[in-house]
Amino acid sequence: MNVWIEKQKYLIDFTLASLARRKAKNLGLLLVYALIVFLLASVMLFTHALRQAANELLAGAPEVVLQRMVAGRHDLIPPGYLERIGRLRGVQEKQGRLWGYYYDPVVKANYTFMVADDRALAPGTLVVGAGLARTRGVAPGNLISFRAYSGKLFTFSIADILPAKSELVSADLVLLSEADFRAFFDIPPGHFTDITLRVANPLEVRNVAGKLAQQFPDSRPILREEILRTYDSIFSWREGVVLALATLALLAFAILAWEKASGLSADERREIGILKAIGWETGDVLRMKFWEGALLSLSAFLLGYLAAYVHVFHFAASLMAPVLKGWAVLYPRFELSPVIDGLQVTTLFFFTVFPYAAATLVPIWRVAITDPDAVMRG
Amino acid sequence: MIELRQIHKAFNAGRENEFRALNGIDLQLPAQRVTAFRGPSGSGKTTLLSIIGCLARPTSGRVRLHGRDISGLPERFLTDIRRRTFGFVFQQFNLISGLSATENVMLPAYPLGGDRRALQARAEDLLAGLRLAHRRTTHVELLSGGEQQRVAIARALINEPPVIIADEPTANLDTALAMEFMAIIEQLADAGRTVLLSSHDPLLVDSSLVDRVIDMRDGRIVAAAAAAGAGG
Repeated sequence: MNVWIEKQKYLIDFTLASLARRKAKNLGLLLVYALIVFLLASVMLFTHALRQAANELLAGAPEVVLQRMVAGRHDLIPPGYLERIGRLRGVQEKQGRLWGYYYDPVVKANYTFMVADDRALAPGTLVVGAGLARTRGVAPGNLISFRAYSGKLFTFSIADILPAKSELVSADLVLLSEADFRAFFDIPPGHFTDITLRVANPLEVRNVAGKLAQQFPDSRPILREEILRTYDSIFSWREGVVLALATLALLAFAILAWEKASGLSADERREIGILKAIGWETGDVLRMKFWEGALLSLSAFLLGYLAAYVHVFHFAASLMAPVLKGWAVLYPRFELSPVIDGLQVTTLFFFTVFPYAAATLVPIWRVAITDPDAVMRG
Repeated sequence: MIELRQIHKAFNAGRENEFRALNGIDLQLPAQRVTAFRGPSGSGKTTLLSIIGCLARPTSGRVRLHGRDISGLPERFLTDIRRRTFGFVFQQFNLISGLSATENVMLPAYPLGGDRRALQARAEDLLAGLRLAHRRTTHVELLSGGEQQRVAIARALINEPPVIIADEPTANLDTALAMEFMAIIEQLADAGRTVLLSSHDPLLVDSSLVDRVIDMRDGRIVAAAAAAGAGG
């Protein structure tokens, strides 16, 4: 065992010396390799963290949302619907919700106006999302004006800014009182945008949705799990597109590595011949090259992964966020909670380190199995 | 004792450009002697030394080492025999640039995985014995031709092989350095090693240190005789 360890130490020593002897070439390779790992890891870390954040934020959302449809379009819930729902088995709580979109021509952005159901707001006051506050440059106590679709100008006082932690879903949010909302959007009393229902037993959610669909044929129940699934598939789709592109880069790199290994320079071939002639076995040469590839690929993996971690969790993935987050005027500026998934790291490791190892070892093996007598001929 | 029986070696066998480098060599090489293979370029000296040193396999024929047929052994065993039995001094020295003299000398022992400090001490002793102690940490590409050859000799000796094979060892050296090399070979022979040389340099082949000269031409042995200055 000691002999084996000593032998590996000698091989690693030689490998390090060998890497240092071709500094420029290996450094270039390391940087390209690390860049590819960085790209792949950034996409994976970012989408995974986004999913996680979306899951956490939606965990408190109602289990079912009932929307009324007219001619295939979402329409207001007329008075009487809440009462008609009556006492549905399994439903803990039902509530009419008021929300809508508003286009702000000042900054050319869309905001989401919503009546706060968990905080009482005095008429004439607003609570706004951090993205909006940043874009409009407002702080608590400031006044802000919006011209309603009726043409009437409304001025509000900013009561508070929503915490940055929830910015993923609240960047463009404006919370206001019910009276202000109805006045601003000209919605008569008794009408709602939709109805939310809380269901305690997760197994009952689909039954409740089925009963609602039966009772209100002009409405559609939307389940929280469907929203989560939609988020998940959107992130997966975007991740898939970027990963497909990054995989092409990885493939190109594997071809480059193969080319590099098959086109071993005369010096490298000579070196392998010398090592064999002075008593190294083919296996020793392959082990040495394995260590060379392992050191290079592990360094590149660690470097790339570390850079991706810093990029995603400290710089909010500024290089690829527009592609992965989707389109928006007010991009939420948020710090994702660092999430590292073991399976994800293993997958990334497998798809980056193994192609390189395979691409380089096969051509080297072909050189290493040749008779060493060529070195006798100079 | 090395024994060769009907050794043939053909390159590109069966093709239009087939070249027969060796044509039925029968030879016995006694231990603890200095044997020189002499002949013009293309006579088969280097190919024969490669086969003796297990660097290449014959196309046909048998190689026996201490009575054991080693011709058909798998590569792994052949490498082990090569490592433990033969030390090579190549015409171009074949040192690895970017490594120090000591590191080059230590290289053949790496696969054996011995103690590092002991190995380094042995390498430095060998270099010191060849008057290279002051150059032990110098990268080999910065050494003179003579110094490089002495590093190559030290490397050939690191695993303490009983047989030293030197291919055209004086071809790249001036007369003074060639004489120096011959002095080293004489010491090795005196220490009981078998030395096999290939050369057409009369300074070396006709010297008193060579016990036996084997003349080769066209892949055949044309004459084998005890050298003029041979004592035994």
